[in-house]
Amino acid sequence: MKALLFERSLPRYAAARAASSVAPGSGARLGPLHLTEVEEPALPGPDWRRVSPTLAGICGSDLATVEGHSSRYFEPVVSFPFVPGHEVVGELADGGPDDGARVVIEPVLGCAARGIDPSCGACASGHTGNCERVAYGHLKPGLQTGYCSDTGGGWSSSLVAHHSQIHLVPDSMSDEEAVMVEPTACGIHAALAASPSGTALSGATVAVIGAGTLGLTVITALRRFLPPGLLLAGAKHPEQRRLAASLGADQVLDPEALIRGVRRHTRSMANGAVLTGGADVVIDCVGNAESIDSSLSMVRPKGRVVLAGMPGAVKIDLTSLWNREVSLAGAYAYGVETVPGRAPARTFDLAFELVAEAGLGRLVGARYPLDRFPDAIAHASAAGRRGTVKVVFDLRPASRRPTWRSA
Amino acid sequence: MSPRPGFVLDVDRSTPPTLMWHGEGFRLERLPTGSRIVYPSEPFEPIEDADFAIRQALENPMGDSAPLSALLRAGMKLTIAFDDVSLPLPPMRAPDVRQRVIEAVLDQAAAAGVDDVVLIAALALHRRMTEPELRHALGDRIYDAFAPHGLLQQHDAEDPENLIHLGLTDQGEDVEINKRAATSDLLVYVNINLVAMDGGHKSVATGLASYKSLRHHHNVHTMQHSRSFMDQRHSELHSSNWRMGRLIAASGVKVFQIETTVNNDPFPEQFSFLAKREWEWNLRDRAAFLAVSASVNRTPERIKRNIFNSMRSPMGLTSVQAGEVEAVHAATTEQVLREQLVPVEGQADVLTMGLPYICPYNVNSVMNPILVMCLGLGYFFNMYRNKPLVREGGVVIMSHPTPWAFDPVFHPSYIDFFDQVLSDTTDPKEIETRYEESFATDPWYIHLYRTGHAYHGVHPFYMWYWGSHALAHLGRVIIVGGDSSAVHRLGFKSASTLSDALEMARDVVGPHPSITHLHNPPMLMAEVT
Repeated sequence: MKALLFERSLPRYAAARAASSVAPGSGARLGPLHLTEVEEPALPGPDWRRVSPTLAGICGSDLATVEGHSSRYFEPVVSFPFVPGHEVVGELADGGPDDGARVVIEPVLGCAARGIDPSCGACASGHTGNCERVAYGHLKPGLQTGYCSDTGGGWSSSLVAHHSQIHLVPDSMSDEEAVMVEPTACGIHAALAASPSGTALSGATVAVIGAGTLGLTVITALRRFLPPGLLLAGAKHPEQRRLAASLGADQVLDPEALIRGVRRHTRSMANGAVLTGGADVVIDCVGNAESIDSSLSMVRPKGRVVLAGMPGAVKIDLTSLWNREVSLAGAYAYGVETVPGRAPARTFDLAFELVAEAGLGRLVGARYPLDRFPDAIAHASAAGRRGTVKVVFDLRPASRRPTWRSA
Repeated sequence: MSPRPGFVLDVDRSTPPTLMWHGEGFRLERLPTGSRIVYPSEPFEPIEDADFAIRQALENPMGDSAPLSALLRAGMKLTIAFDDVSLPLPPMRAPDVRQRVIEAVLDQAAAAGVDDVVLIAALALHRRMTEPELRHALGDRIYDAFAPHGLLQQHDAEDPENLIHLGLTDQGEDVEINKRAATSDLLVYVNINLVAMDGGHKSVATGLASYKSLRHHHNVHTMQHSRSFMDQRHSELHSSNWRMGRLIAASGVKVFQIETTVNNDPFPEQFSFLAKREWEWNLRDRAAFLAVSASVNRTPERIKRNIFNSMRSPMGLTSVQAGEVEAVHAATTEQVLREQLVPVEGQADVLTMGLPYICPYNVNSVMNPILVMCLGLGYFFNMYRNKPLVREGGVVIMSHPTPWAFDPVFHPSYIDFFDQVLSDTTDPKEIETRYEESFATDPWYIHLYRTGHAYHGVHPFYMWYWGSHALAHLGRVIIVGGDSSAVHRLGFKSASTLSDALEMARDVVGPHPSITHLHNPPMLMAEVT
């Protein structure tokens, strides 16, 4: 089958890193990712199904990997070579039950998928994103589908998924909406991390930095599940600003203006570049040194910064965190969520609900065939500037792809 | 030879290109045949012996006032308030008129044995002046005699301990002004009158007032009902200040008003071509224009700005009058209009103007986009009596680089106004309703206003309101040569050349528009019939 394969090659990885540092988006042309013919992944066990991806998204962590900027932290929890792609809608394609049904993959390869019994504590409580065994069990290491050499990934015509990873897609949901379920689940998880106790934020000021896919889904999730008293967003590009406002931000500002907006709305003073007061919660959906620094500058003392964007190695001054007793929390993947006024629910269930309600399929803005992967990666790297949110690989036969009219 | 009056030139094929300000630079633009250019009068001759004229004015007061010397006595409490850095423009060569007048007042106070004297810069909600600015306005002798002892103060509109509420006008307007000034035995106000709006009761009722008081006339309703605010007969701004001024007088505050006018000669010799009519440029003017243009084109923005900001005007005193406020101001206004009024027949479809690098609120800093709007649509648009130079539904074309740039020390609330308010709406009424109070009462802006050199948090709103009459009147506003992002944030259209702008204007006013160009410098006020 055809697949985009990411192989361990330090020279190519270095070339991608160098190239993308000069021209973001160019790493795919020189790096370890290439289009090739590979064997379909074997089914690891009886509880596994074969899935033919139809749409597979490109996310920020994929870009970091392809462009040579991902953290060395991941080395023990991935296995090479792997086929990337963890935002996947596809069809069951093994002649089993519901064969041909459309499914979305919940990509975390936790204890259930790895045949580990008893499960780790995190998986036992439903928090699969925190699985302690992602490098163990009968699968090779890989924290998610798309980073494990045994399972394949969405950037190909076939992958395998454990039944615990599979969610049937309702007929009313389009492929574009379905491919947004996984990133939306991430957004929901990050949004709900704003209130770890599960209490409402109705009197709180929340600032969201970044308005790419993650930022926009966080904004949508906050407005739906944990509406704050005031929701401010920092967005760089005009289309992002328009979407952030339409999805629920009370005010959308240029990123560099966000801290001033937070200051004004919270009637804070300032000590140098740091506010004396600030937002109750800041959700950083960018994850670089600048955005983290900015988050720490605009959160109030004893406030909470949720780091949702994948950071990598960064250098930041944590003095204000120490002095102002700020909590810095990560938000990764999904599991089981506590939404005020509702029973605990799986993040993916909430994501299906939110994607449909908010019409998040509209965030899918560009579709590429696999053989145009350098263009797709370049587009995804410049998505905001080009007025796009989500770029996907479209693996459907031509007859099922939308025409320019229907798109 | 007496100065030639202002006039209207009909542009024909022989008319040379017209010089327009373009921020810290210039553009030579050829206006279409049939356009009109309104030229101001030539500068009036200044008074030869300014100090003598000042002493004469103090001893020969107008209205029912006694001479200043008769109002001064030992043991009295005397406050001298003076116009701040927003006047004159550009700052004048030393000695500043304020220095001359205040020295004369202090001489008389000393002769009368007055010991309790305090000087107050009448800032209203403007930024506090810096030490060099105060020294320039008052001279080193006054500064060194008063400032070290805390006797040279800057009005603080947010200091509850030093404000006094004098009552309400018959229209329910709060009158709250500086307590030291209001409780003095005599308040001497020293003014510089550059345009017809300045001076009169506005000096004290605005310059020494609090936000609570100012908000009654610095608002959208007042500005939209001042047609124009430069025309005292039809200015609601003027009427409100007069009501307040009369209440101040009725409250027992004794004001001795000293008003001065300066001639229309704002720029030094090397820039004399600016105020000349282009067809009268001689070889030296052409050479000066080319040299200055080449120089500014090669100079980095910041350095260029510093050069222009260091320019000192040679303007000279043309009149000084003292005594009772209203009598004084009537004479002052007459003098201003005598020099600035130009008769113009009929309104145009399109009004063009070149905007300079300076306005009252960016002395020694950058002219940010909000101030560009205020200068063009607040000040220049309103330089009329009877009716605007441009018809209702017409187009104003302004030439200015309009950089997306702000002075974070002087204009912090402007930055937030631009980012957070104008990105949401440019409608003055909506802005006033939804945003004004939160900016006006923001503790951070108040802190910066009181302790730094920041304009008050509400000040950018006033700048926007200043242009609200024009915004309601016009069909389109176009800025030539501006930063397009900044221009669009203002809600205006951006054009790279005057020809493009005129083409865009035709979409609004039709294919064969009448065009009037407001030439400056110097300043003029159009009497449109």
